[in-house]
Amino acid sequence: MSATLQTLEAMERPPVRMTSRLEGELLEVSMGPQHPSTHGVFRMNVALEGEIVRKLKPVFGYLHRNHEQIGEHTTYLGSMPYTDRLDYFCSMSNNWAYALSVEKLAGIELPERAQYLRVILAELTRLQNHASLLGFLLSDMGAWGTPLMYAFREREKILDLFESLSGARMMCDYMRFGGCRVDASDEWLARAKQIVDRFPKFLDEFEELILGNEIVIARTQNVGTLSADLAISAGITGPMLRACGVNYDIRKVDGYGFYPRFKFRIPLGEHGDTYDRLMMRALEMRETIEILKQALAQIQPGPIVNPKVRIRAFRPPVGEAYGRIEAPKGELGFYLISDGGPNPYRYRVRPPSFINLTVLEDMCLGHSVADVMVILGSVDIVMGEVDR
Amino acid sequence: MMESLDQIKSRIEGAVPEAKIEIVQNGSPSQQQSLLLDSEHALAIGKFLRDDPALRLDFCSNVTGVDWLDRIVKKTIKIKTAVDGVEKEVDQTTEEKIPGYLEAVYHLYSIALKHGPVIIRMRTADRAEGARLPSLTPVWRSAEFQEREIFDLYGIRFDGHPDLRRILMWDEFEDYPMRKDYVQPDDFEWEPTPHDEVLARAKQHYTLRPELDGAEALRKG
Amino acid sequence: MSEIDEKLRTELQRQGVWVTSMQELYNWGRKNSIWPLQFGLACCAIEMIATAASRYDIARFGGEVFRPSPRQADLMIVAGTVTKKMAPQIVRLYNQMADPKYVIAMGACAISGGPFKQGYNVLKGIDRYIPVDVYIPGCPPRPEALLHAFMELQRKIDEQKLTGANKAEHLKTDQPSEFPVPKFGEHDLEPAANCAVFQPPVIERT
Repeated sequence: MSATLQTLEAMERPPVRMTSRLEGELLEVSMGPQHPSTHGVFRMNVALEGEIVRKLKPVFGYLHRNHEQIGEHTTYLGSMPYTDRLDYFCSMSNNWAYALSVEKLAGIELPERAQYLRVILAELTRLQNHASLLGFLLSDMGAWGTPLMYAFREREKILDLFESLSGARMMCDYMRFGGCRVDASDEWLARAKQIVDRFPKFLDEFEELILGNEIVIARTQNVGTLSADLAISAGITGPMLRACGVNYDIRKVDGYGFYPRFKFRIPLGEHGDTYDRLMMRALEMRETIEILKQALAQIQPGPIVNPKVRIRAFRPPVGEAYGRIEAPKGELGFYLISDGGPNPYRYRVRPPSFINLTVLEDMCLGHSVADVMVILGSVDIVMGEVDR
Repeated sequence: MMESLDQIKSRIEGAVPEAKIEIVQNGSPSQQQSLLLDSEHALAIGKFLRDDPALRLDFCSNVTGVDWLDRIVKKTIKIKTAVDGVEKEVDQTTEEKIPGYLEAVYHLYSIALKHGPVIIRMRTADRAEGARLPSLTPVWRSAEFQEREIFDLYGIRFDGHPDLRRILMWDEFEDYPMRKDYVQPDDFEWEPTPHDEVLARAKQHYTLRPELDGAEALRKG
Repeated sequence: MSEIDEKLRTELQRQGVWVTSMQELYNWGRKNSIWPLQFGLACCAIEMIATAASRYDIARFGGEVFRPSPRQADLMIVAGTVTKKMAPQIVRLYNQMADPKYVIAMGACAISGGPFKQGYNVLKGIDRYIPVDVYIPGCPPRPEALLHAFMELQRKIDEQKLTGANKAEHLKTDQPSEFPVPKFGEHDLEPAANCAVFQPPVIERT
């Protein structure tokens, strides 16, 4: 046998079996960063067997805009507007988390009215975040547009409240170390009360339209099930953790702000599937309304800023602090190291939606590629926070 | 109530003998002291913290890196020397160079017992070749992406990490942008009225990259 | 194609005769059915969704058909911060769009990097790589601002000529409709800007 022949033989390809399906062949698909239902510039590399997901690797960084480094180059107060742009649905919660960490770092107390205002605004944020999330999630399931229109109709009302208080619809930049920036007028509080009182009507309508829907149930129940043990180990927080039946809500555990003063319940899931995660948002909105009603009834006139805090030329003592709150998406924390200067030496954001994506692959394996979008939607991510 | 950090330290030392632990003090009003672990025993200590029935720190919330550059600490000591035959007390300043290192900080909480935080930190030997630490991802899965992020932005290599790749920057990227001595690429943005520092940067930029010019007047002076 | 006398046209219209030119009809059709690319980058994308949602309703201007595929889209709204990691993808999407195509740079970040300008991974304006038709400042711009930009774009389309020396860019055969996609380099994107599109304004000091 000549050498040429040997090479040819070695080059011969294995025979192609003509079967009805491509057995064992995996197809690698890159979903995103431009994809209609990846909620921003998120990308997943998916290996598919037919329609079934066998491997999934998320790819991050398409919105990595160096929030942390910019935070280290600006003053403490200068970072406050940047926190608005982390999770751009929930600027008020982000403000609070950052203000809370700085207040821990510098040992600042808050006046009573500021605490109430913070609770009211953070809970309003939670309402509009959860409402929009439900709209987006149903969009992913194929209810194209309509639930989102309903959700955005309600969201606009809450944004109007934010705008009349802080001057901006989305980027409120409202909280300050030791207080809040502007006081809410009585008319504002009355309007907030009106919107809160009317919100359950929207929820009734929305739940009736959506949550009993057969397609929604078929697309979400037993899809993307997450076990409680894995959720805890993977650092999952927020509604996603509670959907697995783990009772952990930082509002109750840490009791920050004035949350211990309010009576509210923590909804818990049972199965940890997508349906539970969806229901968790719907139920949480009901409890949020309870908190808002109590807070709006209890709030008293008074100062909104701690006068001892020097907001300009603010220099906290040397040291470090980690403060966290229960943001609508999970535990939002800020870790700050101060070297005594006007800028933080280290400024770190603990982004809930980034860490909640740790288990995305575990939840999606074995499901069809259409379910991946629904599972991803139920995680509730915002890329501004994931990539920072 | 959770035990004090001293108690935790002594119990770790009982459970993991040979472990060298220091308590890092924190001067801020937050009173969040932390434990500095030696990287050799960090994995065993992590497992102990997670599984110990009194601690059960099952939730690793936040993992992050910190860059500490080389520091020069000046110390002034009084020494006695003979000046012109007369013994005098003279101030002598010694400069001690503390080499820089990278640090990984973990904030641990307990979901089962609802307490925390316990903060642990590990330090690398230096900021170059020795920037290695053991990965705690086998203990807490939540460290997976966050350790990848530290690797990406600070360049700490985590031994034992299942999938250590760049996460936020692209794979071809070579720098560690969150380090304090990182130099940004020269993509100076045109400004109508540059002054001071910006003017200096603008001049440098426009002479280096004439093809991206547009500021003829600026180059002339 | 000669322009119609305005007076004559009004007079004819009064008599029930509607006179138009090919150019007007063509531009009228195009400007009232602009299909944007369904493509959000950051915060501004939420305001873009709000513009398309119930209160602001971009459908009033014929722009409600958000297409997920660049092949079917006429308009790219660059809504949000363009990072260096995302920039090649955006240029690629732009290249995939069919002519005539338009770009709105929505928000401070898309224009110049905005508040994140100092970031090592932030592109200082999408106009470094692709031509932009309308810029809207704001962080994020309000939905009304996006609607305004949309109307500006419609005006721009309406004024485009079909023939003659100053006909629209997309009708000129020598004008490129695709632009080079930057590559990921070791420290930065390569090249850092597309010089054929991007020229910083000349400083004139008097």
